[in-house]
Amino acid sequence: MVQLENLQAAKESGDYSRLIEQIPYAQLLGVVMREDQGQPLFELPFSQHNIGNEHLPALHGGAIGGFLENAALLHLVWARESSEVPRTIDFSLDFLRSGKAQSLYARCDITKQGKRVANVRMTAWQEDESKPVAVARAHFLLS
Amino acid sequence: MQNLPLPVLNPALFDDVARWFCQIPHSATIGLEFVNGERGRATLRLPYNTALVGNPRTGVLHGGVMTSLIDTTSALSVFSLLAEREAIATLDLRIDYLRGATPGQPVYCTAECYRLGRQIAFTRATAYQEGNDQPIAHGVGTFMRESSQAQLGSKKGG
Repeated sequence: MVQLENLQAAKESGDYSRLIEQIPYAQLLGVVMREDQGQPLFELPFSQHNIGNEHLPALHGGAIGGFLENAALLHLVWARESSEVPRTIDFSLDFLRSGKAQSLYARCDITKQGKRVANVRMTAWQEDESKPVAVARAHFLLS
Repeated sequence: MQNLPLPVLNPALFDDVARWFCQIPHSATIGLEFVNGERGRATLRLPYNTALVGNPRTGVLHGGVMTSLIDTTSALSVFSLLAEREAIATLDLRIDYLRGATPGQPVYCTAECYRLGRQIAFTRATAYQEGNDQPIAHGVGTFMRESSQAQLGSKKGG
């Protein structure tokens, strides 16, 4: 299992960039994490390389899925105060609207955390949190 | 009959879409390559790339990359059954991560469109590596056909 360094320092400073730098794929997508109302808030700032349809233009569904999976993993690391990154068992993603060429945001909710497995729900939106672009749920292996 | 391969229904359309899918900015960023198509099936390859790693210590690919690979291959498998060009959109995608991909080796994904309805297409996909019979991941998806007219609610919603 991956061990992330500097979790405590990131929590104290509110700067999670050093944490995200340790996950190459999260870095490639451009995932940003900060705390908002005592909970992690994730942002995927718009970037040309996350485009899936140049005509609309729209974000790539895979990039949206990758963003949400990273968000859930980082949320679990944050909530458990554990430097171990859980492993994804399954991931189920519903696309509700096309993602426009602008920032995408996400929040996660740990539905259930057991000793070995956690269930996490994710929501991604752009201008209006009540109009999600995608929702997802996943199971993660914690140990 | 399912195991007897036929050519894709409209080769010109399929080749055009396959090329387009691999040139999409996000596909090009992760390095997707077209491998093969037949009626009802498509195969893409994802060469190994350290920028796509989820765990730097082991070099194992991030699960999120598998989402892009499976989503794109599944969509392409739908086009192998289409006579004419139309827009399709992923409704949902469920992925089971069976094991970590061996670092340094490409990952292949073969997707099958096993039911093409008038409005909805159903797909299943397997991600695997050469020389290993055990798949890395399974994916099941549904796609909305003619999505350009409905735009997944974007006209009224968001």
